[in-house]
Amino acid sequence: MFTTIPIIILLLPLLGFVLMIFFGKKLPRQGDWLSSGLISISLLLSIYLLINKVSSHSEEMISHSFTWVLIGSGSIEIGIAIDNLAAVMLVVVTLVSTLVHFFSMGYMKDDVRYSRYYAYLGLFSFSMLGIVITNNLLLMYAAWELVGISSYLLIGHWYEKKSASNAANKAFIVNRIGDFGMFIGIMILFFSYSTFTFEAIFSSINSGQLPFGSEQWLTAAGILIFCGAVGKSAQFPLHVWLPDAMEGPTPVSALIHAATMVAAGVYLVARVFPMLTSDALLVIAYIGAITSLIAATIAITQFDIKKVLAYSTISQLGYMIMALGVGAFTAGFMHLVTHAAFKAGLFLGAGSVIYAMHESLHKAKDHHTDAQDVRNMGGLKSKMPITYITFLVFTLAISGIPFTSGFLSKDEILAGTLAFSTMNGHWILPVIGFAVAAMTALYMFRLLILTFHGKPADESIISGIKESPKVMTVPLMVLAALSLFVFYSFNPLGAASGWFYAAIEQPMSVVPELIQPASAHVFHEAVENIHGMAMIISILMAGAGVLLAFAMYQWKKVNADKLAEHAGVLYKGAFNKWYFDEFYSKAFVGGTIILTKILRWFDENIIDGIVNGSAHITKIISSISGWIDNNVVDGLVNATANTADRAGGLLSKIQTGKVQVYLVYVVFSFLVLFILFL
Amino acid sequence: MELQILGIGILTWLVFIPILGMAAVLLIPGKNENAIRWTAAVATGIQLVLAIVIFSVFDRTKIGINEAETFQFVEHFSWITVDSVPWVGRIEITYFLGLDGLSAIMVILTSLIGLIGVISSWNIKKMVKGYFALYLLLVTGMMGVFVALDFFLFFIFWEVMLLPMYFLIGLWGGPRREYAAIKFFLYTFVGGILMLLAMLALYFSVAYTDPATGQTVHTFNMLHMMNPENYIEGGLLTGVDTTWRYVAWMALFINFAIKIPLFPFHTWLPDAHVEAPTPISVILAGILLKLGTYGLLRVNFPIFPDATQYFVTFMAILGMISIIYGALCAMAQDDFKKLIAYSSISHMGIVVLGIAALNTQGMVGGVLQMFNHGIITAVLFLSVGVLYDRTHTRGLYDFGGIANQMPKYTGVAMIGMFAGLGLPGLNGFVSELFSFLGAFEAYKWITMISVTGIIFTAGYILWTVQRVYLGERPDKLKDLKDLTPREILAFTPLIILIVFLGIYPAPAIELMNTSLSFLVEFVTN
Repeated sequence: MFTTIPIIILLLPLLGFVLMIFFGKKLPRQGDWLSSGLISISLLLSIYLLINKVSSHSEEMISHSFTWVLIGSGSIEIGIAIDNLAAVMLVVVTLVSTLVHFFSMGYMKDDVRYSRYYAYLGLFSFSMLGIVITNNLLLMYAAWELVGISSYLLIGHWYEKKSASNAANKAFIVNRIGDFGMFIGIMILFFSYSTFTFEAIFSSINSGQLPFGSEQWLTAAGILIFCGAVGKSAQFPLHVWLPDAMEGPTPVSALIHAATMVAAGVYLVARVFPMLTSDALLVIAYIGAITSLIAATIAITQFDIKKVLAYSTISQLGYMIMALGVGAFTAGFMHLVTHAAFKAGLFLGAGSVIYAMHESLHKAKDHHTDAQDVRNMGGLKSKMPITYITFLVFTLAISGIPFTSGFLSKDEILAGTLAFSTMNGHWILPVIGFAVAAMTALYMFRLLILTFHGKPADESIISGIKESPKVMTVPLMVLAALSLFVFYSFNPLGAASGWFYAAIEQPMSVVPELIQPASAHVFHEAVENIHGMAMIISILMAGAGVLLAFAMYQWKKVNADKLAEHAGVLYKGAFNKWYFDEFYSKAFVGGTIILTKILRWFDENIIDGIVNGSAHITKIISSISGWIDNNVVDGLVNATANTADRAGGLLSKIQTGKVQVYLVYVVFSFLVLFILFL
Repeated sequence: MELQILGIGILTWLVFIPILGMAAVLLIPGKNENAIRWTAAVATGIQLVLAIVIFSVFDRTKIGINEAETFQFVEHFSWITVDSVPWVGRIEITYFLGLDGLSAIMVILTSLIGLIGVISSWNIKKMVKGYFALYLLLVTGMMGVFVALDFFLFFIFWEVMLLPMYFLIGLWGGPRREYAAIKFFLYTFVGGILMLLAMLALYFSVAYTDPATGQTVHTFNMLHMMNPENYIEGGLLTGVDTTWRYVAWMALFINFAIKIPLFPFHTWLPDAHVEAPTPISVILAGILLKLGTYGLLRVNFPIFPDATQYFVTFMAILGMISIIYGALCAMAQDDFKKLIAYSSISHMGIVVLGIAALNTQGMVGGVLQMFNHGIITAVLFLSVGVLYDRTHTRGLYDFGGIANQMPKYTGVAMIGMFAGLGLPGLNGFVSELFSFLGAFEAYKWITMISVTGIIFTAGYILWTVQRVYLGERPDKLKDLKDLTPREILAFTPLIILIVFLGIYPAPAIELMNTSLSFLVEFVTN
């Protein structure tokens, strides 16, 4: 029975997708209740599954596999496997998805393609759940790409806008670059082990079989698989698509580009964790650290409410990736879960604000003011109390203030990086980690203050602002509740004693001992020793960030503009997103376009030139031979004809009427021809 | 297995039903256009029914390839026999038809696309009688190539295709149709001559001793050519790894590479596609190109296993270049049809890479890719045709916002596009996956470079989708009507196959698995 539940959870959203595509428009309310109902059932089943799974205290997997195709003499098996990791992830995905389904009833009301929107949400949920429950790389890759296409469709939901379809294209293509690496990684593994299933691959590695017999190739395979995560989880250097993806409807940003899809990369790393060598993990840790730093610096300087949140997402994803890289497995995954709740909340909160702004602007017939720019907001606190309070809770959580869920996970990550540096001296990782913690508090409180506190930027707009309808605020309240510590650990200051830590254990490494990362046991000891210190620093950093934000934007003790001026190049760089887009569009996009133009020219002028040229030469030769034909040969022919006429009379004598003689002539002529032509 | 209708073998019916249709079309008065169309539809429809019968009774455990006994639905009669020609001895050309896993799937593809081509030819207005007569002749030629096992017969069918194709492009095509038609003709004609020479060389090198009469005779039987024991002493192509064998392999390869088309023999294709009317493009990309890779597998691989092994890496490199070059050239096009034409070059490159791997995965992936690409590209060319019929333009920059104007059409076109992009869940992904997996086993680096093609493919496809279907609809397109029932009829079976084989490719793979596994073994040992 437990094997059918995950499959039902998986297939319900797909059913929703199919029904909505074909019948959505004809249903009452364009079928939003159908999609939302189906995903709600998936959510309930997921919760049931999780409770059963965790309370049974067994690490036993629910698994089921079957043969997809027979090819040659081998077969390709695919299937599902649910361990605690997957069970938790199922709840995360279905929960956020359900809340977003309901929230969208308000936010997307009167949209031109309302039923289509819900259909795509279903497709996305199906694909994302596919990533979660699969037991093999093939289905993982397939679901991975499907998630990509649903993200593409949803980012481009308002495809009449060029910027939206551009963003959709960018998201898909940048992801494809990561997937290219992932695909090669999968090919290496399949080539080495003739299977796609994680279990089988791990046990082969454990028994000492390495790809191409070398440890470097195992490391390479790990890093190549990680490339997929770099794309999906928007890690440096492929992070550029995520901010643009904010062109999609805001609930989509909450579901896909904050809580679930972008976390798929983290989940992937967690899935293949046992086969990652210490070198591969180090690369992963540094990529995560660089990403979190770059994104945090950019987030401080942005004014678009969704852009700030987008960069914040990138930064937090960097945290998770870094955590997995240093070996803080449970902490990294826990941050995925807590982040899913509070970041989805932040986006939905932002959605609530944008919705209210739009309504107000619409009423005022103002079509110029940007509804997403925080400089046009301010003072929304009293107008939208529920949105404000929930937004505050999320902000506290993401800043890592004690008693929130974010504190628990972030604290463990920072302790992990610190422990890692004490073991092998990579001190730069915890330094970045703590710095980013301060920056996070700074930019999040900056955002909160600019949006909700202070005086309204434009009294006429703000006066028309109303709190969003219940269908939007209730999801916010649910997520706010889930951003408190109690859901993850009863101890507000330490996650290690909670159920989450008990349920999610770091898997054993299967790589050869020499290239293995530190074992879970050794690592935990190191973390224990350093935990107190890490906690104090992390609280101090968060506090400093919050204080600075208040000093600059609430109390105006520090002039933000002056500070920016002092920072000079640094501010300019961060404000312009460190020029990644400019560089990529010149170097790679521009380069490719020039290359395609050169190849087109080459095709039309060189290759075809040779073809046409040789045709031309043939034509010249044929006209020369035509002239010879007309003047020389025809002359001969005419002369011959005259001769033949006379010869005819002579030859008629040979016509004996005897068949045997004719046969002799035929054979004779055949011989002459044969000799002439061979 | 044998199957006869009215005492005549099913394969003969399959090949010659369109000829019967052609005869009927020629008898119908030219004014009666609908009767002509329906005759063509019925002829290709019967063909499809026969193909479905074959699919359902085909024995998936039988090998074929080089064993006459395990071919199915075999028909083998002597056809042209001339005794005691000086030096040559007895000339024997046989009417030898048969199916194995490799040809069975191609036969199904041909009959399906053949019927869909007729459906989409419904609105051809010019010289309807001549058009359908040539069309049916073309279908016979293609079907004949796929079932012929006698090289001479193979050659005849091969050449039979050439003329109708020439006229279909040259008379019913676009403004530059004559240039395109002549280019097509010359390219394939040159290829044909090379094949003729190689065929004759094989003929004179191979002699078969008839166990019944004890007489040793030269033969065009391809299966005899696959057996080294049948090569006479001192024959031009006798031996293993000789220069002449390489030369003959190369001559055949160039002929087939032109059809595929493989870089650098591809430039006839974009011109031919751009000028050809929509249904002919569908036939061209859907079936004709597959004859090239089919020929490699039917002729080059089993008759010259030595030369094949010698040249496979070279083949793989050409495949790689085609994949990337085709994709990049596609990106640079501003004509919708030309873009799809270049995408065909890129996708057929995957077939070549897959079969060049000389292992089961690559081989199965490659042949499946032939089938899948046939289906996908038919959807894509039909999609271009739908727009061209309505607007008389193919410029990518002339469109926009079609998604709102023609939602059903956009739906099917997008499925075709996404299948071409290799989206999992659609058939293109499966065959690309296996082709690459197989190729990786044989050529690590070549395959890794080839896989970059998936990035460029995503690029040109999404860019096309954006330019044509998304965005604001320009005013001049405001009167466009969505798909007609006839168009829906043409699209539906293709879309169903794209989705079905994407999720569950086993029925297609089962059909060819045995034969192809054996072919791999045969070539590599």
